[in-house]
Amino acid sequence: MMHDTEKLIFEQGSEGRIGVDLPPILFPEEIAATLPKELCRDDLDGFPEVSEPEMVRHFTRLSQKNVGVDDCFYPLGSCTMKYNPRVNEAIAALDGFTKLHPAMPCKDTQSAFRIMWELEQMLSEICGMDAFTLNPVAGAHGELTGLKIIKAAIRARGETRNKILIPKSAHGTNPASAVLSGFTPVDVEVDVDGSISLDSLEKVLDENVAAMMITNPSTHGLFETNIGKIAEMLHAKGAYLYCDGANLNALVGIARPGDMGFDVIQTNMHKTFSTPHGGGGPGAGPVGVKAELIPFLPCPRIVKTKWGDGPFCPPIKLEQYEEPYFRPKYDKRSIGRVHSYYGNFLVLLRAYCYICTMGAKGLREVALAAVLNANYLRVSLGKIGYHVPFNKMCMHECLLTDHGLPNGITTMDIAKRLIDKGFHPMTVYFPLTVHGAMLIEPTETETKETLDAFIQAMQEIFEEAKTTPELLHAAPIRTSVTRIDETAAHHPKKLNLRWRKN
Amino acid sequence: MRYVPLTPNDREEMLRTVGVATGDELFKQIPEEFRLKKYIKLSNPIGEMELTAITEGFAEEGRKSAKKISFLGGGINRHYVPKVIPALLSREEFLTAYTPYQPEASQGTLQAQYEFQTYIAILSGMDVANASLYDGATAMAEAALMARRINKKGKIVYISRAIHPHYREVLKTYLRDIDVPIVEIPFDQKTGKTVFDAEQMKDALCLIVGYPNYFGVIEDLTEAREVATKTGALLISVTTEALALALLKPPGEFGVDIFVGEGQSFGLNPSFGGPLLGLIATKDAYVRNLPGRLIGRGKDKEGKDAFVIVIATREQHIRRKDATSNICTNEALCALAVSMYLTLHGKAGLSRLAKKNVENMFLLRRALSDIPGLTIPFSGTTFNEFVIRTKYPGHILLEKLKHYDIYGGIALSDDYRHTNRNDILVSVTEMNGLKECIELVHVIKEILK
Repeated sequence: MMHDTEKLIFEQGSEGRIGVDLPPILFPEEIAATLPKELCRDDLDGFPEVSEPEMVRHFTRLSQKNVGVDDCFYPLGSCTMKYNPRVNEAIAALDGFTKLHPAMPCKDTQSAFRIMWELEQMLSEICGMDAFTLNPVAGAHGELTGLKIIKAAIRARGETRNKILIPKSAHGTNPASAVLSGFTPVDVEVDVDGSISLDSLEKVLDENVAAMMITNPSTHGLFETNIGKIAEMLHAKGAYLYCDGANLNALVGIARPGDMGFDVIQTNMHKTFSTPHGGGGPGAGPVGVKAELIPFLPCPRIVKTKWGDGPFCPPIKLEQYEEPYFRPKYDKRSIGRVHSYYGNFLVLLRAYCYICTMGAKGLREVALAAVLNANYLRVSLGKIGYHVPFNKMCMHECLLTDHGLPNGITTMDIAKRLIDKGFHPMTVYFPLTVHGAMLIEPTETETKETLDAFIQAMQEIFEEAKTTPELLHAAPIRTSVTRIDETAAHHPKKLNLRWRKN
Repeated sequence: MRYVPLTPNDREEMLRTVGVATGDELFKQIPEEFRLKKYIKLSNPIGEMELTAITEGFAEEGRKSAKKISFLGGGINRHYVPKVIPALLSREEFLTAYTPYQPEASQGTLQAQYEFQTYIAILSGMDVANASLYDGATAMAEAALMARRINKKGKIVYISRAIHPHYREVLKTYLRDIDVPIVEIPFDQKTGKTVFDAEQMKDALCLIVGYPNYFGVIEDLTEAREVATKTGALLISVTTEALALALLKPPGEFGVDIFVGEGQSFGLNPSFGGPLLGLIATKDAYVRNLPGRLIGRGKDKEGKDAFVIVIATREQHIRRKDATSNICTNEALCALAVSMYLTLHGKAGLSRLAKKNVENMFLLRRALSDIPGLTIPFSGTTFNEFVIRTKYPGHILLEKLKHYDIYGGIALSDDYRHTNRNDILVSVTEMNGLKECIELVHVIKEILK
């Protein structure tokens, strides 16, 4: 049942209702004496008063206005919306993980350290890197960490290189992370075939370049075939090569960024490694590096030793521990801490479970199926008549545009009409290098039947564009709200970012 | 492989459509030298039964640790999480959805985040809050960067040494590469409060103060505001135990410019330190300098109320190098947990829970302070954390307590080696019943005998 509107929680409930049982207050006078009135606030004016069933109904109704991967095909390009295994959710909900406090003595949390340490080794093997840090909690956080590692390495060399080269097809996080790390981002052009322009690279590559950030496969869904040459060019100038691992799903078990010459990579557990997106997070963005950059990894690092001698661990006699012993370590050359504690442990745990489940064979299957699905869509949608700007073998995602569609039909119209047809839209208007882009990433967890149904829907939309364009302009009509007037919502006078009483 | 449904028949048909003979040909654009010739070195795939057995084995250790009596806090707060929260969070419509870039298909996430923004704005007494940042530490770093965008005159970030050491470390990491100097302000060893001195604050960009601070002590934000105003600094307050704000005068009432905090107290387990939830809120005038996602309330084409991401022109996917922050993925599901928790507790419940925390803190602190050889070094008013001092170095006393299966708190010796070697930060919440508190008192008495 779809509820049209759900009142804000602040407009629900009634005075005197409550949704929890609380222990009684025994010493009100002592509390008042402990916390004098002048330090205290008035009551939480505006907070609702609702019972547990009202709260459950409110959030259940809200959930019904959402679409998740379990509802339907969700082919957001560069987002890797694959199935999120339920067993990993169950494991991440175990008390033995959720109740662990990071300040417990590390003798008592060996399993958690062990899981993280093992995950670091797994990611190193998958990506062909020498070491990993799990501290960053999102892809962009990983980018920031990776660039800070590069900055520290350059500083240690006694150099002041300050440029980061970034292809125009890159995610917006790349230039934003570069600026936040004290670098100046410099654009590199993209060739007509969708790959990085070596000429353009040659022009901007000098001794002031600290690194180049490359998403490989690119956001055009294409493998950078010149990657070996690019790595050589950068390394010859003393610059590093950074891999935005957002699109790693195309490569797992097939090829490794480390072997291609990348010095640093950030990976996204909430993409390639199946952890849920949660409506925007939490994620995890572990960063891998080559040996020369290990000293600069953020701290704490997790090391495997025979005994504990770190600041949290008073010395323990060796004979007590035959098993390996894991503990946090702090390196003086490290870029420092990037998170309150060790990063998003529960997200990392899910990724660990996923990799254990898949193994080397399963991960290779992932890439094979993801790339086959994307190419199947590319060819099938191209046949319908959609414009495919780079019509050659793609990796895990394929790129279309709205070029040549009749009656002023745009990418936005197609996206919204797809919602009516029971599909989540693809990524739209990204990458910026292609006008009217539609970036479609099917992932490996879809059936051929689903892909065929999607192709069918795109075929219908293509016909509708010619015959009944008004249907597309009006879409979506089957959702709880129709198209939103975003210009009005942004207007300074109408900007409404919170509820206020009255 | 149960997550990859393509059958050999499917594959064959699809390969034919694509126009290649084998799956390997799909990868011919990858130069031969980079294509792996054999499997990477990972273990063989394991089934669900085996995976469950292995991980439950791992969890066993944690379960034992979690059963011990604990007074650990320090920014990761132990509060009871009502079971209805994880039950609702596991609804796939919330759990498996992406960032709400398609508003018509994401009204649930969007309305929930708008409600979250409202909750945090009310709690902090500020005008507007965003839809979340990573954690308290990175939120504080983002606040300093935000202050830098607003205050073009100031150069130096002044931060109280009584702020969580990890937060200060993250701030250093964030500011080091963009050459913003940080100066730490001392605290008074008698009160545990920061000692402000406007004379010493040259070229101030912002002033960052804990509320309550790392020692649980409630700082004087009125004084902080005066000093900030006098020195031209923006005032940033940091709260690592957000429950305190249910009782304390909200930062907004003191004229704080940017409020940041850790939201984990509200419905999130300690989870070995993550995922957490970064809170940030500010005044209306500074909205366009906020980092991260903001949800606004607007109308759809038919005039129906609808929610949508607004002023995204600050964000990286539009503004790229000129964005206010690089943040993209945030902690949306954690923010949802917080909204659920605050809804359940509501106006009366949250204050009562906070009072229970004060009560337990007061009872334990009084009982401990009666023990010969134990002192409470800081006289400042505290919420649910406080510092104790004995003749033993902090980690030694903790080690002794561990023999009695008690996690007594966090030793300050790691971070305040020269001044507070013998101090321990004790956190007491509604989770610590009277029995646990009495046990701690008995054991410490025994140890100090």
